[in-house]
Amino acid sequence: MTKTINSHSQIVAFCCRYCAYAAADLAGVLRLRYPPDIRIVQLPCTGRLDTLEVLHALEHGADAVMVAGCLEGDCHFQRGNIVARTRVNRIKELLTEIGIEPERVEMFNMSSAMGRQFAEAALEFTERITALGPSPLRSGLKEITEAVEM
Amino acid sequence: MIVAEQKPLEEIKSLIADAEKVLVVGCGTCVTVCFAGGEKEAGILASSLRMSTKLDGAPKEVTQVTVQRQCEWEYIDAIKDQINDVDIVVSLGCGIGVQAIAERYPKAVVVPGLNTSFLGLPTEQGVWEERCVACGECILGLTGGICPIARCAKQLLNGPCGGSQNGVCEINPDTPCAWQLIYDKLASQNRLHLIMDIQPPKNWSTSRDGGPRKITREDLRLAAEASE
Ligand code: SF4
Ligand code: SF4
Repeated sequence: MTKTINSHSQIVAFCCRYCAYAAADLAGVLRLRYPPDIRIVQLPCTGRLDTLEVLHALEHGADAVMVAGCLEGDCHFQRGNIVARTRVNRIKELLTEIGIEPERVEMFNMSSAMGRQFAEAALEFTERITALGPSPLRSGLKEITEAVEM
Repeated sequence: MIVAEQKPLEEIKSLIADAEKVLVVGCGTCVTVCFAGGEKEAGILASSLRMSTKLDGAPKEVTQVTVQRQCEWEYIDAIKDQINDVDIVVSLGCGIGVQAIAERYPKAVVVPGLNTSFLGLPTEQGVWEERCVACGECILGLTGGICPIARCAKQLLNGPCGGSQNGVCEINPDTPCAWQLIYDKLASQNRLHLIMDIQPPKNWSTSRDGGPRKITREDLRLAAEASE
């Protein structure tokens, strides 16, 4: 698959150590390219996802936040990813109250073997955020145009 | 514990509409454990207010601090400088915390960020239920440790009423009948004799009906002379 997008967003991805982070690592080993917009923060488990950290990421310049954990039923800590999904839903409500599009935060699930799916999720989410435009909190954006292939 | 819920962001924004510098004050006790007004929630509210007012085109300077307990002078005295430095204080304590800050800092404008809901307990993580209304004359010794004042919609002392159906209260199929619970509990302990006597009407003067309540313990007072 070859896809080109003009990306200029800053996306923070909170990835769980055992699945999503390992999947991102595998994407690298497989030499798959995904948008450089994604900055990964490793969590021991997505159950550790902190609402305040998500808000701080958005407040301090991120256009969006991606949360990626294990497949449902396969969490290393049993239910961390289920808890994370309900927390992401709560954060979406909070963002609506604040006046930020709730689509800027999304939960993804993948196993550690799903390097390709990680790269696809990263691309799909980056496309969504690129279409939405920069965060309404951000102004004076520096446009970076980059060809992204995968 | 005291159980509370955060007010909608819009309502809090309208309460602070005229201010530029805002201090959100969390409380480290009851409202921390019910996830309504602790350090984390103070941080979330402050961040939400900063972003939301920025998006409205009139960004406010919102800071936050959390004290161990808002209902004791010693703890709120420690944040004097922060309080004196802002136009308005949003207290994330229960109603007592809001009033304590307002009383201790007569010049400060203090508004509530929470709705104080009830005295209760978390029956599971994320679920809180009312258990006591502080009636001032506890009868739990007669009722198997189940409070009919807080948990029976009619506050009956000689229940159940005719609306008790299959263990549920007529007000709501999700509400267990307090008197059914009392009966089952006492029956399981062979103590049903406790509810065989008819209870006389409750003396409500120990409750809110007697006006604001106050307890004074002379054996504990240190400032007795000073306050005379
Ligand atoms: S201010 Fe209210 S919530 Fe905080 S400790 Fe006192 S009673 Fe509990
Ligand atoms: S009887 Fe009164 S003091 Fe005792 S639990 Fe019920 S409301 Fe509270």
